[in-house]
Amino acid sequence: MAIESEVLVVGGGLAGLTSALATAREGADVRLLSYKQSTLRQASGLVDLLGYTPDGEGPLTDPYAAMTDLPDSHPYSTVGVETVREAMALFDDVTDYEGGHTDTNALLPTHGGTVKPTARYPRSAAAGLASDDRDALLVGIESMTDFDAPHVASHLEAAGVPFDVRGETIQFPGDLRADAKVTRYAKLLDTDSEVAVRGRKRPAREALAQRVNPLIEDEERVGFPAVLGDDHPAAIRAALSEQMGVDVFEVPMGPPSLPGLRLEDRLFAALDEAGASIETGNPVVSYEGDEHVERVFVEKNGAEIPYAAEQFVLATGGLVGKGIESDREGVSEPIFDCHVPHPADRYDWFDTEVFGDHPFAGFGVETDGRMQPLSADGDVEFENVRAAGSVLGGYDFAAEKSGGGVSIATGYAAGTNAVEELR
Amino acid sequence: MSDAESPDFDPVAPNTGEDFEPTEVFPESDDFDLRPGADACYKCSICDTNCPVAEVDDDFPGPKFQGPEQWRLKQTDDGYDIDDSVMDCSNCMRCDNACPSGVPLSQMHNTARGEYVSEQMDKFSVEYVRNRILANYRTSAWFASKAPKVANFAMNFGPARWVMEKTMGITSERDFPEFAQQTFREWWADRGGADASRRNARRARERLGDPADAEKKVAYFHGCYSNYNTPEVGKAMVRVYEHFGYEVVAPEQKCSGTPMFANGMLDDARRHAEVNVSSMADLVEEGYDAIASCTSCSMALRQEYPELFDIDGIEEVAANTFEAVEYLRIHEDLRGEVESADVSGDLAREFAYHAPCHARNQGLDRQAVELFRDLEGVGVEDVGESCSGISGTYGWKEEKYEKSMEIGDEMFDHMEDAEGTTGMTECPTCAMQMEHGSGYEIRHPLELLESALVA
Repeated sequence: MAIESEVLVVGGGLAGLTSALATAREGADVRLLSYKQSTLRQASGLVDLLGYTPDGEGPLTDPYAAMTDLPDSHPYSTVGVETVREAMALFDDVTDYEGGHTDTNALLPTHGGTVKPTARYPRSAAAGLASDDRDALLVGIESMTDFDAPHVASHLEAAGVPFDVRGETIQFPGDLRADAKVTRYAKLLDTDSEVAVRGRKRPAREALAQRVNPLIEDEERVGFPAVLGDDHPAAIRAALSEQMGVDVFEVPMGPPSLPGLRLEDRLFAALDEAGASIETGNPVVSYEGDEHVERVFVEKNGAEIPYAAEQFVLATGGLVGKGIESDREGVSEPIFDCHVPHPADRYDWFDTEVFGDHPFAGFGVETDGRMQPLSADGDVEFENVRAAGSVLGGYDFAAEKSGGGVSIATGYAAGTNAVEELR
Repeated sequence: MSDAESPDFDPVAPNTGEDFEPTEVFPESDDFDLRPGADACYKCSICDTNCPVAEVDDDFPGPKFQGPEQWRLKQTDDGYDIDDSVMDCSNCMRCDNACPSGVPLSQMHNTARGEYVSEQMDKFSVEYVRNRILANYRTSAWFASKAPKVANFAMNFGPARWVMEKTMGITSERDFPEFAQQTFREWWADRGGADASRRNARRARERLGDPADAEKKVAYFHGCYSNYNTPEVGKAMVRVYEHFGYEVVAPEQKCSGTPMFANGMLDDARRHAEVNVSSMADLVEEGYDAIASCTSCSMALRQEYPELFDIDGIEEVAANTFEAVEYLRIHEDLRGEVESADVSGDLAREFAYHAPCHARNQGLDRQAVELFRDLEGVGVEDVGESCSGISGTYGWKEEKYEKSMEIGDEMFDHMEDAEGTTGMTECPTCAMQMEHGSGYEIRHPLELLESALVA
């Protein structure tokens, strides 16, 4: 026997989640297997479609328009622009993200002080748009070295934003330890617990607002690093806005990221509502079958537990996520051993310039239009395996700012193709 | 030293062509080695976002510090001692599941805590004595089981509890779990032990059309709690397994060691582990699989034993240990049976289910909710991903009680919001916390399975 489902999705990132969601919503019996917790909590929480062309042109205003000029090997070309739109509609349907009202990219300030083109952003970041011309105050927290507000503000000014921006640094009320976890700030604000300020106990939200109030000059909006709550971010922003008399927003941060955590929670909840089964904590290590995969094996402390399915989706991530592995001999995909095209000579894998055009950034499996991995000869490797997300090759998400969009679009395509195959 | 003088190290060593492994530059060590995994940590801090203690406790520096950073500090300064904050880690092991780089965080914490307790903690301190008593729950439970009525009264006798709090730091806020009038093992022996189980299993196989000599046999690791406190869980396990044609044996066993790991009592834990591994290893060799109904017990046998101890047969036992419901999901058409069953009577209820942290780490946190989705007559609702906060002995300590309740607060809220007023979980101490914070009665998924399939 084995643990059975109609569709088995391997990987718990944006691609795997979208894939499972698309299949579950079609009524298929789907199970999502993720080795570790979703990598979404390492992500900023912004969802990019296409910020720059592969040649570095940009920031792009209309990502959909630019997709038609991408090379054939690009995953967007594989699935087609129409599928990208359908996939984004699914994403919009299950999240409360902003940006779906228009085709064009939004410009969001980052915690490094740059301005980034992105297609969807959390509500908490909405009042921070760089195209908005209201003056802004950025508030950093003394011990959070990842967000140096005066530095970020001057970077934004240098980037030419159409408003005045200043940075101030405060001590978070309550005198937390210098390396307090982001979840500690979030929890305090979520529960609005009392913190001691000059010997007096005050609710955390009120104390924070009072600390920032004297710093506001004539700014109409105030930005904080993204620590404003895990469970109740909207209520926290509303309370702060009211007590400060300005719009409050968050600037997305690096890992560990609360906007990423919130997005993870939202997508897993949607998956649960759609009736999918979910399992995390152990890796898929091997499979059984020939051209038709019968089952895969999950390794659990030395035991190999069989999971059978009719259709499989491989969404295990790229080189960083370990869905693609490399050693001195070559580059490979570790579960199904799908073919990963790459130059034979290791010295051709990278560019000598740090920010050069690195071939390794585009390493990944190649698929046909139905997302089925192709062998070196161009044949379909398995009749019932599809691939999605950054395990795919042919694009450089870091340079193009296309990671989220490719994951959602290819995850959606792989999922819907798998369901069509079942019916 | 002038430039002409030769330095007092041998510069040719790495270049001589002799076998040189750049990662093995530190001497081999038989005692507490915190190294495994330290190099793989790239400080993304995701583990810290999972730590239920760091979320509420300002003084706790979090899993990243307790593991990889402590190890690094020990390399730079000979006088570096393990930081006493390691005793605030509740050993929920959530950080393990979080690390994208595969750092064995809980193993590092257990090792660091072991070193702290064995080398730095005052063996005459109240804290040490208290921790040791809490960690050796099995011993107290064994005594109590001899006169359960007296024990139930004495352990919850107000004045006595006041004294326990004042002298030993065991919180008087909690009710001690009730001891059963008959232990699981007493019931098992009265029932006819393994022979009776074999007869029952054979009858079931006949009914199922399985061959009479089918290799369906499991060794039940019942743990202390289902033996002394909730034998109904053990009985449910036996009846459900026999229903599927499995012969059950209940080998000699001690505590799994979970409370000992959490208190850094690694010598105690090893003594118990040796007994458990030796009795399970023999059975595994004969084709049995080890089955536990407590998720912390299965976690100990599967993961903590091989990480911390080198005992003969330990790897085989780990690879053949399963949680009770998990095993049936793998080997039987459990979902099919549950779908065509229904529950009436006592357990036809709505349940508020909490997944224990140690179930989470085995990938079992969704198991009960998903399995019972299509079971007629009941509803099982997940009350969210927060830790219950008690973490075994952690929430029993007077100085930790408040924190433990603060961690559990989210779960209590969700339980209140849930439709049902009966709780469900696999973990005995999570059950205590759920009951303590909500007043709900708590049941084990195996009891519901028994009610659906056997009764």
